[in-house]
Amino acid sequence: MDLEFTAAEQEFRAEARDWLAGHVPAAPLPSLETAEGFAAHREWERRLAADRWSAVSWPEEHGGRGASLLQWLIFEEEYYAAGAPGRVSQNGIHLLAPTLFAHGTDEQRARVLGPMARGEVIWAQAWSEPEAGSDLASLRSTAVRTAGGWRLSGQKTWSSRAAFADRAFGLFRSDPHPARPHQGLTYLMFPLDAPGVTVRPIGRLDGKPAFAELFLDEVFAPDADVIGAPGQGWRVAMSTAGNERGLTLRSPGRFSAAAERLAALWREAPEAVSGPLTDRVADAVIGARAYQLFAYAHASRLAAGEGHTPARTEPGAGDLGAASSLTKVFWSELDLALHETALDLLGPSGALAEGAGEAPAHGRWAEGYTFALAGPIYAGTNEIQRDIIAERLLGLPKGRR
Amino acid sequence: MRFLLSAEQREFARALDGMLGAAGTPAVARAWAAGEHRPGRELWARIAEAGVFGLAVSARHGGMGLLSAELAVAFHELGRHAVPGPLVETVAAAAFLERLGADAAAGEWLPRIAAGEAVVSLCAEAPYALDADAADAVLVVQGDTVRRADGHGPLQASLDPARRLFRPRGGTVLARGPAVAAAAAHALDLARLTTAAQSLGLGRALVAATVSHVTRRTQFQVPIGSFQAVKHRLADALIGLEFAQPLVHGAALALAAGAPSAGREVAAAKVAAGEAGYAAARTALQFHGALGYTQELDLSLWIRKARPLRDAWGTPADCRRRVLAS
Repeated sequence: MDLEFTAAEQEFRAEARDWLAGHVPAAPLPSLETAEGFAAHREWERRLAADRWSAVSWPEEHGGRGASLLQWLIFEEEYYAAGAPGRVSQNGIHLLAPTLFAHGTDEQRARVLGPMARGEVIWAQAWSEPEAGSDLASLRSTAVRTAGGWRLSGQKTWSSRAAFADRAFGLFRSDPHPARPHQGLTYLMFPLDAPGVTVRPIGRLDGKPAFAELFLDEVFAPDADVIGAPGQGWRVAMSTAGNERGLTLRSPGRFSAAAERLAALWREAPEAVSGPLTDRVADAVIGARAYQLFAYAHASRLAAGEGHTPARTEPGAGDLGAASSLTKVFWSELDLALHETALDLLGPSGALAEGAGEAPAHGRWAEGYTFALAGPIYAGTNEIQRDIIAERLLGLPKGRR
Repeated sequence: MRFLLSAEQREFARALDGMLGAAGTPAVARAWAAGEHRPGRELWARIAEAGVFGLAVSARHGGMGLLSAELAVAFHELGRHAVPGPLVETVAAAAFLERLGADAAAGEWLPRIAAGEAVVSLCAEAPYALDADAADAVLVVQGDTVRRADGHGPLQASLDPARRLFRPRGGTVLARGPAVAAAAAHALDLARLTTAAQSLGLGRALVAATVSHVTRRTQFQVPIGSFQAVKHRLADALIGLEFAQPLVHGAALALAAGAPSAGREVAAAKVAAGEAGYAAARTALQFHGALGYTQELDLSLWIRKARPLRDAWGTPADCRRRVLAS
């Protein structure tokens, strides 16, 4: 048992650190959830991609570096320690791309991955519907066969980034009368600017259009944009859902960097303020270290060929199987507790919203807090995750939800 | 990086688990709580035979050298089976004597500790010595002085009946000077690490026993483990343990390497494992219902041990402050 990095891993870290030091914008970009900020973050993705830093775990042929999971963890540590911008491409890179690596065709990978890596095409996730949230398999949007493809109709909602994104991926009911709700679903990619698509942005808690409703009226998607076999969409979606809940969407590096900033805030605060918050600051630091070490252990298991291994070789392999529910609950609660503690340390200025002129740290804590409030809800609510932990990891009997 | 237990370490854990599982530890712990030490000393000898105490003793004195990771593995199993006795104190005393240097006390006690012939309690900047009545020696560290107590006060029963506390008395000074304080700091880290590992093992056993109980126990015609309120609390107990475990392993490596961060890493592991073990105990108590609130239930030996382990060798508040110290 060891925690040693190889010389190659140390070089990789140094190279990432150098590049970031030379390229990370000095002032934070405008909020990702505004038109102006979206464009600025898209440009940042282009710069990352130009030096092959936007998707390090992908194979070189698709613009990546063929990085191992451990190297990816290292990159993420450096990325967030450098205070680099949020990733507008993350739903594509961390959710759609693993699905394409596992279930897509060579043609799809060749066509989709390059523009995704360069920020030219930003992807939104279109899974949830007004009547299908935690019970996702009850979804009603349809895919109806037509010449050369499918006609998509129905309503999707809570689609992150869809207000400004270019394309979306989601599940549609292609068999209206399946024996079981999980059958007869098809996984499809579709354009958000096609005839028949109406995008209605939804203001999140602070009013920013961070997600959107999608109304689809016979939107055409060609056969080439079906991922996996028609009717097998549930299996395709679930085989990679662990990426969203597991390590890749919210990497340990994010929390290590945030915990370090929190500890600095604590050290700078007057004793009267910091004293009573000591335990909570320490818990955030401990939690971030625990998540980092948990991820190192997972990377070690993968490298040793043990534990959960994805059905096919997937770059990054951030999928933990049912154990990803452990990480989902852990990081989402850590993120919220960490930001709540930061606001408490900031005292009166902790009440200032991101856009306020006097907001501390350019509003970073306020933005992080608002963002963290959503963590226990998206990617499968924490209640659903606890059910999965209890049933699949502890072996408790299924019951009513 | 291979941040996983080796095949040998896993085999060591399996062997200890098997031996302790067959040893009837609840009866041993109940006897120990009643001041009847013979079954406990017999088990102690078998734990020594398995090589556990030698992991804190150098080869020169008949051990294997200080192997922190293996100690963490061993104490996880000792915790899983709620083994009574000053186990942590004995290995911490060994680490203390090793670090203090070659003197008469080291030569006298270390070979006997490694062989399982000596039970030693260690009391550092604290009022009570654990199981002083069962110990062959009680070492007391205060500032830069260490003495061997020559007696102890009356039994002060504790919340865990198998953890018997005594105020040490008198004694002769064994050593004095800055080396004592340095050795005590080193021993404190090892005591925290092994206590954390014990908490983790204790918590694993509590969750396993509770899962088994709620799967069998039926109310309203269904197993109570099918209710979300039960599932979610058990899920939280598991999350606590799963994320404390890598901290314990990481702290063991930091301690083994003598890393400057070792004290902070050990403190972080102690907080996380202690809280996770205690949360598992509260969950176990709640889901066993009134049954769990009885002394008769063997699981009560585990339930009552969780809180003292959480607080021993540095309360969570002490350890959290250590995590943030630069």
